[in-house]
Amino acid sequence: MRITCPFCGERELGEFTYLGDAKPVRPVAGASEDEVFDYVYLRDNVAGVMSENWYHGGGCRAWLKVTRNTLTHEISAVEPAAGAGAAKVGA
Amino acid sequence: MKYSIFSLARAALSGHKNWQRTWRDATPKDRYDVVIIGGGGHGLATAWFLASEYGIRNVAVLEKGWIGSGNAGRNTTIIRSNYGLPGNTGFYELSMKLWERMEQDLNYNSMVSQRGVINLYHSDAQRDAYARRGNTMRINGIDSELLDLAAVKKMMPFLNFDDARFPVQGGLLQRRGGTARHDAVVWGYAHAASELGVDIIQNCEVTGFVRDANGKVTGVGTSRGKIGAGKVGMAVAGSSSRVASMAGLRLPIESHVLQAFVSEAIKPLIPNVITFGAGHFYVSQSDKGGLVFGGDIDGYNSYAQRGNMPVMEDVCEGGMALMPMIGRVRLLRQWGGIMDMSMDGSPIIDKTPVDGLYLNAGWCYGGFKATPGSGFVFAHLLARDESHAEAARFRLDRFRSGAMIDEKGQGAQPNLH
Ligand SMILES: Cc1cc2nc3c(=O)[nH]c(=O)nc-3n(C[C@H](O)[C@H](O)[C@H](O)COP(=O)(O)OP(=O)(O)OC[C@H]3O[C@@H](n4cnc5c(N)ncnc54)[C@H](O)[C@@H]3O)c2cc1C
Ligand SMILES: [Zn+2]
Repeated sequence: MRITCPFCGERELGEFTYLGDAKPVRPVAGASEDEVFDYVYLRDNVAGVMSENWYHGGGCRAWLKVTRNTLTHEISAVEPAAGAGAAKVGA
Repeated sequence: MKYSIFSLARAALSGHKNWQRTWRDATPKDRYDVVIIGGGGHGLATAWFLASEYGIRNVAVLEKGWIGSGNAGRNTTIIRSNYGLPGNTGFYELSMKLWERMEQDLNYNSMVSQRGVINLYHSDAQRDAYARRGNTMRINGIDSELLDLAAVKKMMPFLNFDDARFPVQGGLLQRRGGTARHDAVVWGYAHAASELGVDIIQNCEVTGFVRDANGKVTGVGTSRGKIGAGKVGMAVAGSSSRVASMAGLRLPIESHVLQAFVSEAIKPLIPNVITFGAGHFYVSQSDKGGLVFGGDIDGYNSYAQRGNMPVMEDVCEGGMALMPMIGRVRLLRQWGGIMDMSMDGSPIIDKTPVDGLYLNAGWCYGGFKATPGSGFVFAHLLARDESHAEAARFRLDRFRSGAMIDEKGQGAQPNLH
């Protein structure tokens, strides 16, 4: 598996760190116990196309949103994650 | 059929041409008292204990491929009971005791080899942690010995004792730990369960659940038609989320790939199972002479049953750090298996919120050693509708209640367990 970083180009997997499913959204203050439990512990554990967070620690150190098929390891899209990385694109 | 020295002699004299099938490859009936999904070690052991221990023989094991095609046939075969946390300690020892009598119970040679498992330590902190774990084991009547450097050198003179970064200081040894022949474990349970009337049905994928008006599970839909069931038990290792989702359940589990490696065969070198605590590398030598080894999981969600290069590199580096002399040995084979990584690194054996559906999941990469124990306590749950005392903490709601069993202390991060 190789990941094409939008800032650095195609790089080998060892440069990246995985943070997991990009779908769960951190509950806001005052969220119910159920929402927090869901966010921390439960997972869709998708068999197929999944959107994930990766960190390019061995390169530009940006957070990336990677669209990948968990059945084949095929990567169909890599975008800067919302936040600092996304801001860089505009710059 | 019964295996004995006489059956072996008889088969040998007729040129090994008259061996009988070891289990019946059954066609599905309309209904069973218990249907087990998953023909791995855990599913087959469950069926055997249901029949032999709890007298429930109208049982089917449904396997989508061939039995043992999942992790049961992909693991590095290490068995041990050196766990330190309440919940784990007693359960894995129950399992170890069942390994010790498995061949007699099943009338099958599963090649259980108690060659010893040693976890090396490389720092004072690691020594203290292992000493504590060893003491916990001894308090619970489980064998363990803390070896100092001299004792390790005597036992394994071939290790690299000059590693500047992670010097070997000693190790925690469990002499009763070791390995077992994984395929033979599957075949042994299939053989013994089939003898007692259990139907083992291969090429039969469960594709959905049949439910009554109250939502109770009353059967399964399969690639070979509907099969009715009094109760349904899931033991599908890396596929738990996928199968559970067909009953509308979301689990505290992610599927990750773990790789294993085998080298070309060499003369007997490694007498036991060695784990390199500093680098997460573990190795043993198979009876055919190959070095069998592995390390960390690849670290991202996967159902692909194959891994990637960075982990191969990392595992081989770990091996070289510990035993530089294996650098000239060629790698023969490599493969991956998909595991249920649970949020605290421990298994789940419980009823589910869906009536009639029972869950055996979340074994991470340590579930082979659990095979007999898991089958025993899951059969107990299915037969009696209550948890076995040694599995009482493997609850599905422990994540919500905070009663996690986090042996590694890593938190809710499945790829770190
Ligand atoms: C590379 C590797 C090394 C490992 N090393 C060790 C080790 O040294 N020691 C240790 O203790 N553990 C080890 N493990 C972990 C251990 O192998 C597993 O935890 C354990 O085998 C899981 O239980 P099982 O044998 O029943 O699973 P499996 O053999 O995976 O059984 C599950 C079965 O369910 C079937 N199935 C899935 N979905 C369906 C469906 N819808 N319908 C019908 N059937 C279905 C699958 O085909 C599969 O055969 C290792 C795992 C891997 C991958
Ligand atoms: Zn980059």
